[in-house]
Amino acid sequence: MVKNIVDWIDARIPMTATYNRHVGQYATPKNFNFWYFFGSLALLVLVNQLLTGIWLTMNYVPTAEGAFASVEYIMRDVEYGWLLRYMHSTGASAFFVVIYLHMFRGLIYGSYQKPRELLWLFGMLIFLVLMAEAFMGYLLPWGQMSYWGAQVIISLFGAIPIIGDDLTLWIRGDYVVSGATLNRFFALHVIALPLVLVVLVFLHLIALHEVGSNNPDGVEIKQNKDENGWPVDGIPFHPYYTVKDIMGVAGFLIVFCYVLFFMPEGGGYFLEKPNFEAANPMKTPEHIAPVWYFTPFYAILRAIPDKLLGVVGMGLAIGVLFVLPWLDRCRVKSIRYRGLIHKINIAQFTVSFLVLGYLGAVPATPELTVAARIFTFTYFAFFVALWVYSKNEKTKPVPTRVTH
Amino acid sequence: MSNAPVDTGRRRFLTAATAVVGGAGAAAVAVPFIKSWNPSAKAKAAGAPVEVNINKVEPGQLIRVEWRGKPVWVVRRTETVLNELEKLDGQLRDPASQEEQQPDYAKNPARSIKPEFFIAVGICTHLGCSPTYLPDSFGEQVEGVTAGFFCPCHGSKFDMAGRVFQGVPAPLNLVIPPHQYLDDNTVLIGVDKGEA
Repeated sequence: MVKNIVDWIDARIPMTATYNRHVGQYATPKNFNFWYFFGSLALLVLVNQLLTGIWLTMNYVPTAEGAFASVEYIMRDVEYGWLLRYMHSTGASAFFVVIYLHMFRGLIYGSYQKPRELLWLFGMLIFLVLMAEAFMGYLLPWGQMSYWGAQVIISLFGAIPIIGDDLTLWIRGDYVVSGATLNRFFALHVIALPLVLVVLVFLHLIALHEVGSNNPDGVEIKQNKDENGWPVDGIPFHPYYTVKDIMGVAGFLIVFCYVLFFMPEGGGYFLEKPNFEAANPMKTPEHIAPVWYFTPFYAILRAIPDKLLGVVGMGLAIGVLFVLPWLDRCRVKSIRYRGLIHKINIAQFTVSFLVLGYLGAVPATPELTVAARIFTFTYFAFFVALWVYSKNEKTKPVPTRVTH
Repeated sequence: MSNAPVDTGRRRFLTAATAVVGGAGAAAVAVPFIKSWNPSAKAKAAGAPVEVNINKVEPGQLIRVEWRGKPVWVVRRTETVLNELEKLDGQLRDPASQEEQQPDYAKNPARSIKPEFFIAVGICTHLGCSPTYLPDSFGEQVEGVTAGFFCPCHGSKFDMAGRVFQGVPAPLNLVIPPHQYLDDNTVLIGVDKGEA
């Protein structure tokens, strides 16, 4: 009976073939470690954001007059509204945690290298859209930090010569951040950007399955196949990695639920304190800080004393990641077999990123500004140094088979 | 079906011509989508000029009025404050107001029509926060200066003519909005003289 239905469908669309190609008989390297949890976790968080987001729109009012009150209404009067809202806000931060770890995995194992450049580019586009999505979503509660954060970020576009002022006016749709801005950000946040995001995730997966997954050894498993054409170091994605990923989900949910139920404000970093006060255009909060996932880039913006160059520097900090596959000229992928200089460089880059993240979250003082300048320099130095030494890097021999 | 040979040149020309016409159509359709993001007629109307009565402003006092949703300050400066302005030139980025941050009639040392009244948009030129007016305690920020404006966001400092100090993130002096005096006690913010 079931077989008949499947055959009927398969004669009309390639259901079984697609399942086998992407899940049932997708050859995955058998040496994945915990770093490989974060891709599937990102997918889980995306589903969480889509679901809770749709449910939140059922009670949210996207107007300057109604937005703040409607969020309070969701929190107090809607059954389980508090849970849906905290799942969404905690999910936003979890999304960036997972994505940053996912990107870091790509960085240390050289997963951006040939032939996975396009896969990396799609991933970077996802990161970019995700930042826009998070930024626009943060305006919607219409609290003080929503309002002034948006004010600050939109005025960044004002630094562009000649068209800057008209561009900011066009983005806001008013002379200040107002209900018009809120309404269009709502439209982009709930329809336009999620659509783009889902398409990009689809392309990211197609690109991954075309070239096959990298692994902690950076060995191409497709180069060593048995007589049936199956990679000797490959195992089918299902059931091996579906089961493993469920383990990852369990671990993730323990941490996620702890934050969700015991510290949904994330110590003032996931939901900032001034945001519990309604937006007031006439009163600026004492200290405006973006949400934690933007702080490394914000620190770079603040470190550069010129407005236009600051914006350029911040854009470059993200843009340079796009060209990473072409900056790294070494043909050894994994950090396991690369030179000491590369290990040191990745370590200093990680420290720079984390310190910048801290500096972007605290008020600027002259000493901290100096620190931010130093770490902005080391952040960019990572890429320059990588390009220089990777050409003739002294590497260890790469095994022909994956290790454990 | 005719068996005439395919004229590829003609085919390429027709394809290109169709693509150009189609592209022009698509570009034309983009116009309403882009233009609809501009401020609506309602937003523009809300940006109409505002009249302010200034005869009750005490010396040293700052009043805020809202124009286009932005805070506009009207400060009545004392003689002491005005005298202080001249001494600051060396510490400022743009002491002579060279940048186009004010209408021509405010491009003077006090950056105002009447030196006594300072009228400016109270939004920091760095990233749009509203600086705090420190009428007595500005000395903590810049030594030897009694009054000024300090932005709590990123620490930018402005003197009592809205001129930005050196070594702070804000690149420009505060914006002086277009304004005019209707009579001795009334100022109209939002339009230059002659436009009203």
